[in-house]
Amino acid sequence: MTEMAHGPEAHAGQAHAHAKEAFIWKYVFSKNHRIIGVQYYVTAMVMALVAGLLAMLIRLQLAWPQKDWGVLAKIFPMGYDAGGGFGVMRPEFYAMLFTMHGTIMVFFVLSTAPVSGFGNLLIPLQAGARDMAFPFLNGLSFWTFFVGCVVILTSFFVGAGAAAGGWTAYPPLSALKAAVPGSETGQTFWIVGMVFFIASFTMGGLNFVTTIINLRTKGLSPLRMPMTLWAMFLVAVLGLLAFPALIAACIMLIFDRHFGTSFFLPTGLVLNNAPLLGADGKFLHQGGSPLLWQHLFWFLGHPEVYILMLPALGFTSDILTNFARKPLFGYKSMVGAMCAIGGLSFIVWGHHMFVSGMNPYLAMAFAVGTILIAVPSAVKVFNWLATLRGARIRFNTPMLWAMGVVSLFISGGLSGVWLAQSAPDIQLHDTMFVAAHFHLIMAGAALFGVFGATSYWFPKMFGRMMNDTLGKAHFWFTFIAYYCTFFPMHYIGIAGHLRRIYDPYQYEFLKPLQPINEFITISALVLGVSQILFFINFFWSAFAGRKAGENPWDANGLEWTTASPPPHGNWPGAIPEVHRWPYEYANPDFPKDHVMQTEPLTAAEQKLKAAEGPSRHEH
Amino acid sequence: MMQAETAAAHVPALEAHWGGGASPFGATWQKTMMWIFIVTDGLLFSGLLCGYGFLRHVSPVPWPRQSEVFSIPFIALMTFILITSSMTMGTAVTAARLGDRKRALNNLVFTIVGGLCFLGCQAYEWSHLIHEGARLTGNPWGPPQFTQAFFVLTGFHGSHVFSGLVILIITAIRTGMSKTPAQGIEMAGLYWHFVDLVWVFIFTLFYLL
Repeated sequence: MTEMAHGPEAHAGQAHAHAKEAFIWKYVFSKNHRIIGVQYYVTAMVMALVAGLLAMLIRLQLAWPQKDWGVLAKIFPMGYDAGGGFGVMRPEFYAMLFTMHGTIMVFFVLSTAPVSGFGNLLIPLQAGARDMAFPFLNGLSFWTFFVGCVVILTSFFVGAGAAAGGWTAYPPLSALKAAVPGSETGQTFWIVGMVFFIASFTMGGLNFVTTIINLRTKGLSPLRMPMTLWAMFLVAVLGLLAFPALIAACIMLIFDRHFGTSFFLPTGLVLNNAPLLGADGKFLHQGGSPLLWQHLFWFLGHPEVYILMLPALGFTSDILTNFARKPLFGYKSMVGAMCAIGGLSFIVWGHHMFVSGMNPYLAMAFAVGTILIAVPSAVKVFNWLATLRGARIRFNTPMLWAMGVVSLFISGGLSGVWLAQSAPDIQLHDTMFVAAHFHLIMAGAALFGVFGATSYWFPKMFGRMMNDTLGKAHFWFTFIAYYCTFFPMHYIGIAGHLRRIYDPYQYEFLKPLQPINEFITISALVLGVSQILFFINFFWSAFAGRKAGENPWDANGLEWTTASPPPHGNWPGAIPEVHRWPYEYANPDFPKDHVMQTEPLTAAEQKLKAAEGPSRHEH
Repeated sequence: MMQAETAAAHVPALEAHWGGGASPFGATWQKTMMWIFIVTDGLLFSGLLCGYGFLRHVSPVPWPRQSEVFSIPFIALMTFILITSSMTMGTAVTAARLGDRKRALNNLVFTIVGGLCFLGCQAYEWSHLIHEGARLTGNPWGPPQFTQAFFVLTGFHGSHVFSGLVILIITAIRTGMSKTPAQGIEMAGLYWHFVDLVWVFIFTLFYLL
């Protein structure tokens, strides 16, 4: 990854000899926010590749469960039965696939690329700071994350394989080593990898919040911040407030697994048809509660899905306004909606536990809180659509992705309202309907947001533009294949297809669903293969793309007032001052159709401000 | 919140703090970061304390009476020692701010002694309970969750006290060599006060209630 960051840089010319001399400090153990951002981004790409391959294997199994996969059995000798049905996938291997797909995608890809990747790249640039507040901590944060990745990837090769208790790691499955093969060493590696990840995310979050609070440039009051900067601030706050709950849960899980405690293990456990007894003939574990894990996990888990989502919503607002060449509609309500979504995310975790025997009155409270989230979400969608209304849209790659986010946000959000209610959720809980819902809204919107942000801010990463034609082709393949993959899952979910079952067609009533599952699998394979276009575009453009100027998209933000890529310290001279909000497009009083944030107020505007008090320039 | 932000642009005092180009309330980024770290670390303890409360609530067997297991006056003494060390810490911070290095150093040493006494008391309490049969897996007084929560909570807090002591000892040595700015002592102090405050919660929620 570091070579990659080095490529375009070395050709930039200045300080070439110096760069070579200090290569390891400049590009490997770097303290520069841009390099660290690219390091995070590329590491997340590698992890996405792994998790994506796992998804392909899951889909093959769901479409053709008893098929003999001779080639795959050679590649994964542990995962396929060498016995009678040679080349048929083992159930334990299947459990490991969906567990690790979820874990890696949620934490190591979709929390990492948008938040740690683009956060590090964009926060100092958009806030007008020379670098993050504490660059050393920032570098340390990346390398802690890197160790976490290595631990998670290593877990595939230890003992009986990686964790297999689901990405939620519910005990007793995750707490008893004999429960699944993956619960032996694999689960231990899972916990250690997660602890490294959380430590890294906490260090990053401390830097994000501190930088945005303390290091904004003169004039950049909170209500002049770009939506992306707002999103990064909220995401960092959510991470800092929510992840400690998972750390606490992991500590207790480690004690349960290795020191014989019973935090999550109730009395009367039966394992493989034998009661789990101690030497004295009594039950080994007594009085614990698996529900405690669920509460702690989802107290993190629900804010976590907004950690994935909010950056995508921020990117979308920035990109949509730029390519619509219109001011963002309802900026203040957009900020308010984001804060509301972030705040509400802390009081709705119980909607993941409606079937856990919860008191129906409590379930109702959680349901109401969850449905309330639809209000700020609808505000956001309304404002985006209003921004697009009557616009002369420039349809470049970033814009296509941004509109894709809006589309997925609507389709995924609507099924969210179904699941939010405790009564329908009893039918839909743990079915493919849920898988469809969160792949559209959380995974899909986050992924599309990252792709949009990549093509939009690519100049600030490598100083070059991505190829627009290739980008558009990648978008259309991905967009169509994405809907073809996940939309039919709603139907099979309502028809009763549970998630996480190894062979659906062992159930008579699921047999007619096989053709739909085959269609989904073929779409998923197309989706997977289309990503090759992105990889080609990314690496080719990073080295040989068209050189970008300071402001290739005619945007207004501070990041577009410096060279692409920005030099060390971000601005060669003094840090620019901010005089207006970042969405000053199509202001008829100016000759150009966009006005940079650094443009001082004109005499007329100052007069207006003095006369009217709060004006739109006061944002 | 929206109204507050809108108003911010028109009240000069607020604009001076939040308008950009200056640190809000004059707090350096180091101090801001320490405060945020304390919030997130505090939530880690609240996660553990909530877990303890949950398990106690759902325990199938009655929870032991703490006063029969622990000597509450002894625990109160530990609490007193720790809170006193917070006071000497505060004195050290004030002295450092006023430039009185000698007084700051003396009070840092008092604080370290207080912390060491607390850890000593905790070691005595642990060995006493283990001697009476308390284990991670069970205990003579009833639900195993009682001692599990005890060892994990006090152990985790003890490790925080220990790391606080390491920070304080480094700060004291550097103060002796005149290398620590007043802010360094203040940040060590923030952490120390936080560790003490956490103990107040553990004392209340685990030993008293």
